[in-house]
Amino acid sequence: MELWFTEEHTKNARFSIKVKRALFNKTSDFQRIDIFESEEYGRFLTLDGYMMLTEKDEFIYHEMIVHVPMCAKKDAKNILVIGGGDGGTARELLRYDTIENIDLVEIDEDVVLSCKEYLPFVAKSLDDERVHIFYEDGLKFVRRYENAYDMIIVDSTDPFGPGEGLFTKEFYGNCYKALKKDGVLVNQHESPFYENDAAACQRAHKRIADSFPISRVYSAHIPSYPSGHWLFGFASKNIHPVKDADFDYWNTLGIKTKYYNTNLHKGAFYLPSYVWDLLEEVEK
Amino acid sequence: MVKYLTQDSAPILEALKKMKAARLLPFDVPGHKRGRGNPELLEFLGETALSFDVNSMKMLDNLCHPVSVIKDAQMLAAEAFGASAAFFIVSGTTAAIEAMILASVKSGEKIIMPRNVHRSAINALILSGAVPVYVNPATNDNLGIALGMKVHDVANSIAKHPDAKAVFVNNPTYYGVCSNIAEIVKLAHKNNMKVLADEAHGTHLYFNDKLPLSAMKAGADMAAVSAHKSGGSLTQSSMLLAGKNVNVGYLHQIINLTQTTSASYLLMASLDITRRNLYLNGEKIFDKVINLVEYARDEINSIGDYYAYGREITDGDAAFDFDITKLSIFTRSIGLTGIEVYDLLRDEYDIQTEFGDLGNILAYVSVGDREKDIERLVAALSEIRRNYKKDASRLLTSAYIEPEVKCTPRDAFYAEKKALPIEETAGEVAAELVMAYPPGIPILSPGELITKEILEYIKYAKKKGAQLTGTEDVTLSRLNVIN
Repeated sequence: MELWFTEEHTKNARFSIKVKRALFNKTSDFQRIDIFESEEYGRFLTLDGYMMLTEKDEFIYHEMIVHVPMCAKKDAKNILVIGGGDGGTARELLRYDTIENIDLVEIDEDVVLSCKEYLPFVAKSLDDERVHIFYEDGLKFVRRYENAYDMIIVDSTDPFGPGEGLFTKEFYGNCYKALKKDGVLVNQHESPFYENDAAACQRAHKRIADSFPISRVYSAHIPSYPSGHWLFGFASKNIHPVKDADFDYWNTLGIKTKYYNTNLHKGAFYLPSYVWDLLEEVEK
Repeated sequence: MVKYLTQDSAPILEALKKMKAARLLPFDVPGHKRGRGNPELLEFLGETALSFDVNSMKMLDNLCHPVSVIKDAQMLAAEAFGASAAFFIVSGTTAAIEAMILASVKSGEKIIMPRNVHRSAINALILSGAVPVYVNPATNDNLGIALGMKVHDVANSIAKHPDAKAVFVNNPTYYGVCSNIAEIVKLAHKNNMKVLADEAHGTHLYFNDKLPLSAMKAGADMAAVSAHKSGGSLTQSSMLLAGKNVNVGYLHQIINLTQTTSASYLLMASLDITRRNLYLNGEKIFDKVINLVEYARDEINSIGDYYAYGREITDGDAAFDFDITKLSIFTRSIGLTGIEVYDLLRDEYDIQTEFGDLGNILAYVSVGDREKDIERLVAALSEIRRNYKKDASRLLTSAYIEPEVKCTPRDAFYAEKKALPIEETAGEVAAELVMAYPPGIPILSPGELITKEILEYIKYAKKKGAQLTGTEDVTLSRLNVIN
């Protein structure tokens, strides 16, 4: 007997992983949660059938969504993570002793509970005393804050499920308001490759660029995500992600990473021409 | 064996399914023949929709003369709404309103009505030749909205016009305001007048005790209910309800004067399904809507400046009750007209609200909304205040302008007329309708005196981006007046 997990990256292209066994399955109030175990990718989490993270390549996503902004804004102390119920983003943030507080707003408590049980390599960070979890709609949570956070990391699902509201102009505007004057917003920015993903990516970029004076995009290679080429957004009121980054300082911190390094940080903002065109098209 | 009809059946839906299972070879209209003849339409609407887009036939009954499944479905609807009879209407609540007016007042007969009626009521007056006796609705000057009619004002009109045949009531208004319909029914019936209710925004009143009194429960004679608005049926499907003292045979003849002989089964099935759903689940559904709207109101009011109003605007008379499922929001306090906020929501935040007027917007919340959708609306309103707030004193307060009626809408509409540049029309009598859409309530109705004040209002509404409609000249640079 063979058991395979298959995700349709488009109607005509699929990505499959051979599954050893299913560890967890639940339909929560918000989505279907599955955790599987596989030979190739280790344990992996899917929401509504979409790949969220695998044990094998989650380090790429989590290192890139955290260390890029932390290098650009080394004095960040108060961080808001929206989504990120698996704990991977919190884990990377906790490597900075200078961070004092991490508020994590996850809409679905079942994601946190199941990850704590089956994916401790990411979720054990959630027990740290600097991490405070709020089970709420991210859009609702952020609306109440003004001039409060140094950094907001939007570690959300795709814009076609519970994460829909986190790709809207009102959300980015509310984030702007919730950030301090030199605050930074980082978001997972979808993939530029397949048509539908590219459209979502363009819409997100347009809305962020409408709300923030500085809005740049960087990329990473994440094998288990559609096309493997994934983008992140970096937006701020006045901090440039490369010019303002203190690479020498970051290198003195001694944080051992598997994907991120300060040279890659610079390089990640150099984008393929077609991606550049895609983004520029909506910046006008 | 004859099946006993109960509210958990849906006779039209069941007949359609049987018809499909019978795999009839269609040598009748419609010509698309279950979509095969129009592949592009088939792809667009889908096989299911087109396989049920069929014509009247023996097993499906006929809306013009119902004897089987449509008759049954209408009986169930009447029972669900607490009416003596119900008619399915497939050309919108406009047709239902026109039918109930045409069935109640003939040419030269009087009908008492508030002036803030939907255009379809004015159109019915043009068709029938009836004479309107307007009751000025009270206004809430702070919000700039017309309310309902005061009982005292209705009593006065009845005393002055004892020969009137009917009283027309909005239940509720677009904004959610209800008159004291039970008292108005008593007064009217005591004076042998029928009560006709425009319940275009009131389908849900029939299915939840926390909401204002429905027209049928209040004893009204007829009510036009837009099942497709708060009820959830397909756009354009509607119902006309009749109470016990209505000559339903005559009413049916009136409906058949203008209603199509090829009624859409998609629309009728949607009414049938909706009636069943509302009867079985309506209370729960509207509890959920009430909770969503109450939450939204609290959150919007805590943003600052905005005022999302609720039951507290009731005054025991002209605003006798308020429909708490309506999310009406006063925006002039952030220095923006409702039209401006309505445009910003759509253009900047991809949120389409129901309408904006000079001082308010209405966000229509229904069975289809989810908590996260409410969060988006609240977040966007908060962003609009942060990014676009202006000095509120730059805005006019819109007030109800009392009309001066010179002749009946019909006489004015069919009179010899001339088209004058609109700025030169003060002092003339209007021969056509001018309205800001939405909410679709006429600013000027045919037969009314055009005043400087009305022209100022039209100019201001035009400047603020209201869509002005109803006139022969679509740009409204010229207006038809009586020669």
